[in-house]
Amino acid sequence: MPEMNSGEFKIPIGPQHPALKEPTSFSVALKGEKIMGVDVRLGYNHRGIEKACEERTYIQDVYLIERICGICSHSHSTAFVQAVEEIAGLEVPKRAKYIRMIIGELERIHSHLLWLGVAGHEIGFDTLLMYTWRDREIAMDILAEITGNRVNYGMNTIGGVRRDITAAQAKEVMEALKPLEERTKYYIDIATQEPTIVERLSGVGYVSKEDTIKLGAVGPTARASGVARDIRRDDPYSAYDEIPFNVITDDHCDVYGRAVVRLKELMETYKMISYGVMNLPEGPISVRAPRKIPAGEAISRYEAPRGEDFHYVKSNGSDHPERVKVRAPTLANVQCVKKMLENRYLADLPIVVAAIDPCFSCTDRLIEVKDVDKKSSDVIEWNDLTRYSIDWYRDRGIDMTKVGGLK
Amino acid sequence: MHILFEVFIFPGVLFLFVFGLWAEFFDRRVYARMQNRIGPPWFQPLADIIKLIAKEDLIPEEANVIFFKAAPVFALAAVLAAFVYIPLWSTNAIASFYGDIIVVLYLLTLPTIAIFLGGWYSTSLFARIGSVRNVTQFFAYEVPLLMGMLAPTLLANTWSFSELTAYYHAHPQYTLINLIAFVVCLISLQGKLEKAPFDIPEAETEIVAGGFTEYSGRLFAMLRLALDIEMVVGASLIAAVFLPFGFGLGPVAGFAVYMAKVISIVFLLSVGRTIFARMRMDQMIAFCWQYLVPLSMFQIILNLVLKGFLS
Amino acid sequence: MLIEVLENLFKKPITITYPIKKEAMPKGYRGKLKFFPEKCIGCKLCMKDCPANAITINMTADGKYEAILDMGKCIYCGQCVDSCAKKALELTDEFDLAQTDNKKLTVDIHAEPEKKP
Repeated sequence: MPEMNSGEFKIPIGPQHPALKEPTSFSVALKGEKIMGVDVRLGYNHRGIEKACEERTYIQDVYLIERICGICSHSHSTAFVQAVEEIAGLEVPKRAKYIRMIIGELERIHSHLLWLGVAGHEIGFDTLLMYTWRDREIAMDILAEITGNRVNYGMNTIGGVRRDITAAQAKEVMEALKPLEERTKYYIDIATQEPTIVERLSGVGYVSKEDTIKLGAVGPTARASGVARDIRRDDPYSAYDEIPFNVITDDHCDVYGRAVVRLKELMETYKMISYGVMNLPEGPISVRAPRKIPAGEAISRYEAPRGEDFHYVKSNGSDHPERVKVRAPTLANVQCVKKMLENRYLADLPIVVAAIDPCFSCTDRLIEVKDVDKKSSDVIEWNDLTRYSIDWYRDRGIDMTKVGGLK
Repeated sequence: MHILFEVFIFPGVLFLFVFGLWAEFFDRRVYARMQNRIGPPWFQPLADIIKLIAKEDLIPEEANVIFFKAAPVFALAAVLAAFVYIPLWSTNAIASFYGDIIVVLYLLTLPTIAIFLGGWYSTSLFARIGSVRNVTQFFAYEVPLLMGMLAPTLLANTWSFSELTAYYHAHPQYTLINLIAFVVCLISLQGKLEKAPFDIPEAETEIVAGGFTEYSGRLFAMLRLALDIEMVVGASLIAAVFLPFGFGLGPVAGFAVYMAKVISIVFLLSVGRTIFARMRMDQMIAFCWQYLVPLSMFQIILNLVLKGFLS
Repeated sequence: MLIEVLENLFKKPITITYPIKKEAMPKGYRGKLKFFPEKCIGCKLCMKDCPANAITINMTADGKYEAILDMGKCIYCGQCVDSCAKKALELTDEFDLAQTDNKKLTVDIHAEPEKKP
């Protein structure tokens, strides 16, 4: 067993571990039950999506970007489509904006309920997991009714949305909100009053307000430390400039605060969906979009359930984008994990990681690789990288040229 | 001859195997129904054991093979042996002698030590952390459990199990005095069986499976069987000490009363598993030493005072 | 929490015993693709727009069109349905599409041969 200083040893949480839903590596230095330090490594979920976007047309990219993540798929899709519409100068009709908002908020419901279940599972409270995932089915059924699928909704297209919400579906949405509201009130009661839950969540994963701003956290992680950052209010997109809502913040700065913020956000979401469905404006649901987008670049921000989702699109006049860059909210939040785990116990690690609501499938994109000696960063061409990897393995006695396609 | 039948068939080893597996089914089914799910069918624990026996035993390279293999055997043997001295449906257990209460409580601590040694000598990181947690938790729940068991024996003025149940069978009103110790012992039993909120040594989301991480195949089947039987033996122990009624009803009715008592205790343990989250180690030790130990001490003092009045 | 938990003990579980009981999917569910060969004009816009290259349109010997669908590659987005100007493609609500043989995932849909009078 590798020993560090006296009595200290390193245990690997990940890449494969029952606590993590997606592969990440937290190398934890432990002394007894106390955590002495954490080493975070990402990149296990890198799939080359940004490069794949450059090989496909814009309309194919809508579906590819949607599949970056299963839980926040509508967020990525809307952010991408908004950027492309801005470059092309398209004016999206009001009804489409409202429908995008309704689907986005329905997605927020299912994501926050999923988070509550996962948090319950991490602290050993499987009953909460079963109950919240049972109630989440109501939201999933509504989404299947409106969009045709439970995840990866495929509602967006460049210039608007593909499907309409009929009057019967609108009525079903309003009907479904009633049991959801009742159950959310019950979960707020449990989270604030059950002694074992409050004991496990309070005081854990503390980050002060100054540190939160300095480390750049976004979403409910930041809002639980009193930092009122919400893209829906700061930079309104879609229909959010017309809908009244409150930004929920909390002062606890720990995991308990993050749970309370997410639950109260759910109550706000129900009000937003009711307002949106009751006040759906009439009109077309999309405008015709050209296949070739004129040259230009645009950024687009979206408040995903986890925080601020940032997309950058650069076009060059053809029907393939030149560069697509995605920065997911978990990349901003994962910097806080090291700070949160200082002087805590091993038993707190799963819930602290779960409290930032990690979605590493969203996060693993291209990051700059700096050579420490050269103090500058290089861009490596694909063929050079292939050559480099073949040579590296050959030095270690493995011949990769036999692998199909490599030369 | 008669005693061999009692020890090995009924109510000994074979009965314990069947009852232990059935009690695990009952626990899992009640747990699932309380969560609005269906739960496993009645033959699930048996199917699990059969599947595990058919699989290969993988032993880590650096593990100490003797301790690794001996741990489940010792755990199983200890709980089977402890059952022999517990009165079930008559005030006479299968065997009894003066001082067998201490022997039973000692035998019930052996599974914890065995799992600690098995986990430690697995030399895997997660197993070592889990086994150390096992022993740390042992210091928290064992003291209230022992003191809670001690209080009724002080009132009955005996160290033999059979005489203890005979005393309370003769004076049933004194069982109400032991109510505090009953509650303390139930909570400590939840800690001994390592079920939520005290399932810290086997926390799946933190250390994979604690001391059991490296076990597979037949050794794991033995461990699971030992844990199931430990639940039945612990519940029978509490039923014998704190619920001493139905002892003179004859074999069939007495058996039914015994089963009802044990199933109710298992049901209470399942409810406890459902409504609580897992505690952290420091919170558990604080809880046990700040609340359970003073309560059991109060019960002991109360019993001593009452014994003075009664004699 | 205790009351809720004990109440649930006596309620019916909400588990759906699939595959004995199967719930119907809502109308408009994006399941398996259906192709109408008589409506197809061979413009191949669906092939151009498919994000996964799952559909191939060929002209058959008698001048009609056939579609070769790879259900393993299809992502069930329905873009081909939107792109088709003649409404020759439709999504059904069939979702039980798993096969044990890889070759069965590729489906070939021809037009019916014309009956000689």
